[in-house]
Amino acid sequence: MALSRKVGFFEGLKYRGGGPMLAWILHRISGLGMVFFIGLHIVASHFTLDAGSDWAIALNTLYMSIYFQLFIYFCVLYHGLNGLRIIILDVWPKMLEYQKEATWLQWLVFIPTYGLTIFLMIQQFFAGE
Amino acid sequence: MTTRRVPHPGWNLEYLMWLFMRISGLAFFALAITGMFIALAQGARSQMGLGALMRWTFFPNPSHVQADVPDVDIGWRNGFWQAIEISILFFGGTHGLNGLRYVLEDYFTNPVVQLLFRSLIFILWVFLLVVAVFVVMGS
Repeated sequence: MALSRKVGFFEGLKYRGGGPMLAWILHRISGLGMVFFIGLHIVASHFTLDAGSDWAIALNTLYMSIYFQLFIYFCVLYHGLNGLRIIILDVWPKMLEYQKEATWLQWLVFIPTYGLTIFLMIQQFFAGE
Repeated sequence: MTTRRVPHPGWNLEYLMWLFMRISGLAFFALAITGMFIALAQGARSQMGLGALMRWTFFPNPSHVQADVPDVDIGWRNGFWQAIEISILFFGGTHGLNGLRYVLEDYFTNPVVQLLFRSLIFILWVFLLVVAVFVVMGS
């Protein structure tokens, strides 16, 4: 029997996949976030350099703001660490047995790295650098 | 009973892209670490804030550090960085748009729609890489 894939949106939300499912969904969100924002940033930079368009300069000024940097840093660091976990588990499939532990280990690396970085960035932001 | 056609194992697009996603993922780490260490060796520690160092690590473009460095022409703008930027763009653009294709093809199973999205993503890929090369050469 082929698997029925007609699952509604709210039924899908009730699916309790736990930590690995959160990793899967965050990987997608952070990946799409990077494609969208970095793609726009490249196009805006082109219009800034070659035409000096107002909208492009405004968009790139928004990018230089600390809020966007905190968001983009989350996307890059999470996507990078999760991707590294996926690569390691793909190369050594025997470790898949411990994928829950690997997901926890990943948070153990992510939280201090991200936390320390945003702490310093916010500190520098309030110091006016 | 309905069956689903799956590609045979071998050197097809899906396998090549699967391999590419892993290799480019590792390449980002190598390129980012290279950029960050050279920036630190060039005096980033005392010259720039963490935000600027981070922007430089993601993409070593002189405009990312222009506000922090006294003169970007000394060490921050040359052919070496342009080569690194072009590799990040090629790996990043392909990795990102292929990821977009994965997500779209998960939600749209109709082959005609999939072909439409593939064509659109291919056009977007070429467009983005051309624009990005202009930005790198012009900044």
